[in-house]
Amino acid sequence: MASVFEYAPAPESRSVVDIAPSYGLFIDGEFTDAADGKVFKSISPSTEEVLSEVARAGTEDVDRAVKAARRAFEKWSALPGSERAKYLFRIARIIQERSRELAVLETLDNGKPIKETRDADLPLVAAHFFYYAGWADKLDHAGFGADPKPLGVAGQVIPWNFPLLMLAWKIAPALATGNTVVLKPAETTPLSALFFADICRQAGLPKGVVNILPGYGDTGAALVAHEDVNKVAFTGSTAVGKEIARTVAGTAKKLTLELGGKGANIVFDDAPIDQAVEGIVTGIFFNQGQVCCAGSRLLVQESIQDELLDSLKRRLSTLRLGDPLDKNTDIGAINSAEQLARITALAEQGEAEGAERWSPACELPSSGYWFAPTLFTNVTQAHTIARDEIFGPVLSVLTFRTPDEAVAKANNTQYGLSAGVWTEKGSRILAVANKLRAGVVWSNTFNKFDPTSPFGGYKESGFGREGGRHGLEAYLDV
Amino acid sequence: MSEKTEKTGQRLPVFKTYKLYVGGKFPRSESGRVYEVTDSKDKWLANAPLSSRKDARDAVVAARKAFGGWSGATAYNRGQILYRVAEMLEGRKDQFVREVADAEGLSKSKAAAQVDAAIDRWVWYAGWTDKIAQVVGGGNPVAGPFFNLSTPEPTGVVVVLAPQKSSFLGLVSVIAPVIATGNTVIVAASEKSPLPALSLGEVLATSDVPGGVVNVLSGRTAEIATPLAAHQDVNAIDLAGADEVLAKELEIAAADNLKRVIRPQAVDYTETPGIERLTAFLETKTVWHPTGALGASGSSY
Repeated sequence: MASVFEYAPAPESRSVVDIAPSYGLFIDGEFTDAADGKVFKSISPSTEEVLSEVARAGTEDVDRAVKAARRAFEKWSALPGSERAKYLFRIARIIQERSRELAVLETLDNGKPIKETRDADLPLVAAHFFYYAGWADKLDHAGFGADPKPLGVAGQVIPWNFPLLMLAWKIAPALATGNTVVLKPAETTPLSALFFADICRQAGLPKGVVNILPGYGDTGAALVAHEDVNKVAFTGSTAVGKEIARTVAGTAKKLTLELGGKGANIVFDDAPIDQAVEGIVTGIFFNQGQVCCAGSRLLVQESIQDELLDSLKRRLSTLRLGDPLDKNTDIGAINSAEQLARITALAEQGEAEGAERWSPACELPSSGYWFAPTLFTNVTQAHTIARDEIFGPVLSVLTFRTPDEAVAKANNTQYGLSAGVWTEKGSRILAVANKLRAGVVWSNTFNKFDPTSPFGGYKESGFGREGGRHGLEAYLDV
Repeated sequence: MSEKTEKTGQRLPVFKTYKLYVGGKFPRSESGRVYEVTDSKDKWLANAPLSSRKDARDAVVAARKAFGGWSGATAYNRGQILYRVAEMLEGRKDQFVREVADAEGLSKSKAAAQVDAAIDRWVWYAGWTDKIAQVVGGGNPVAGPFFNLSTPEPTGVVVVLAPQKSSFLGLVSVIAPVIATGNTVIVAASEKSPLPALSLGEVLATSDVPGGVVNVLSGRTAEIATPLAAHQDVNAIDLAGADEVLAKELEIAAADNLKRVIRPQAVDYTETPGIERLTAFLETKTVWHPTGALGASGSSY
């Protein structure tokens, strides 16, 4: 569709962030090389430019970091909660102060639009620290009995889709409850975690309370298997989550897992179409669909299918894909070549299995990893694209006739993380939400997050909740 | 029992055929197998069904079938039914005191204390059914024009390996919290002392507990638990009755569909429990609603 309005590029300045040519591991308050000297490159997925070279933690480094965290635990857990709180408040404030810098950094390292890092990721990161800071001296009142104790050293492994936000979800509650942490960021997005290490230094956080170990899957595996880790928290794929559950079996380690999803976004015939279309777009194209709670299955009532799809396609034609630093950009880059290959393969499988593929006219940049917003119709429940998590900007459209059928289809998945319900009828929202087997249900909205609100899945989307009072339990010996 | 015959010498008592309790019915093991149950002095008490993998799978089907109705019942209704279990047990106390005394080698008064505590435990959990949501759920102060509520919901089909030693109080202490919140359960009774558990099935069947909500299997714990821990339609497992080696094996198998797991731990079942066994098999669902804004343009009114 020819653009009615031409946008002039409006790039955010990247001069606000100063990325060093190399970074070490952050252990015991110091940046240090890996014991075996290994490094890896972090590249910008939108340009394939090398951003920095980062130390790659091995088994020996994991041991060093866990020991540092163990040493720090005694004093940190013995601090009055009110003092721990003040450290966290400091961190929250410094994040707010440095939020533009961190937003640009995150956009460079992850590939997501600056609009999202600036308006969603960073505000939520600061809010999360601010929220849990306040809990640190109020744990007696959190409903877990008097004087609940921390677990010890938390080994935390986070994904690349919301690097700093996932760090916040892991570190803020862990520190508030008196644990110390060793965190492994994803191999494609290590930089914001290393900037966070610097923030810990600025905040004067005692050495060893937070340790950051960039690395690949083997680093994470060594961390969760380390015998002196008391708590394991993982966000990532269901396959890796199962592997971790096997690893900690028979130990005393407490485990929480936040894994994959195949969220159903259910649109009833009385839904406000324009709002639903916006919600569908937010649901699957936010962060290029690389969201565990994405609304990747659209369940639309048969009678409004044509109207809704026409409207949706019109809307998709106006999405702007390109330079993630451009403030007009809606769709940024896919995080890695590997992820792009996976999305591409699943979309091809969707076609091969007989679903109908559609994308708006969309020019992809010549370098970097890109995937046009894609919509599949004529999808059945047996199709791979209706069952497997694609983790990309690909929406599978299915139809239903009755509310019961919508619920049955929505629940027909191994996952149970999120769902959406669009209808103007209040009782229908409540009845349907009640029957959905999912940890988060958005009615007449989608992909909303808040530090006070517990988030996490049913079934194979994992267990445990992050956020809110519920999120404390994962880090307390209760 | 045989001893009693000799003492009275008047009439031959009627022995009881102990059977499984699955889907509200009392089947024998499909395998046709039984095993000898003895008291603490190795004296024969009865034969109990030696459940097979197939019995375990049948129990999962029954528990899944019952889940919709039981989880959909009102919390008040579930409380009434759990209380009814206590009422029914009170009336059959003598039988359970005898069975527990035989099973655990306890004096009559000590066995009676166990049974009393078990009955009281049903009452305790009966009262929890309509309170737990208020204690662990609630509204969240979202920073934005939204309102959301977090509510606990039952996890689904839960397998419980009953404690091996505390054949009745321990058993009740692990199954009552599971069903109080709307889960359905398959319980593997104490391997050595399954009779109180099998008799409990008869009480449940006459207490308005819908068929399939509680399913009782007797036999070798490892043989029953292994297929259940690996079963793809089971949502959670309580390993109370597993030893360390078996518990680890089962936890590994349970990872395959990410079952919620309670690891074995030392528990004094005579103490009033906390809410951990209630919350272990609850999911938290957070439902968001837009609230709109008053007066401003773009108001949702």
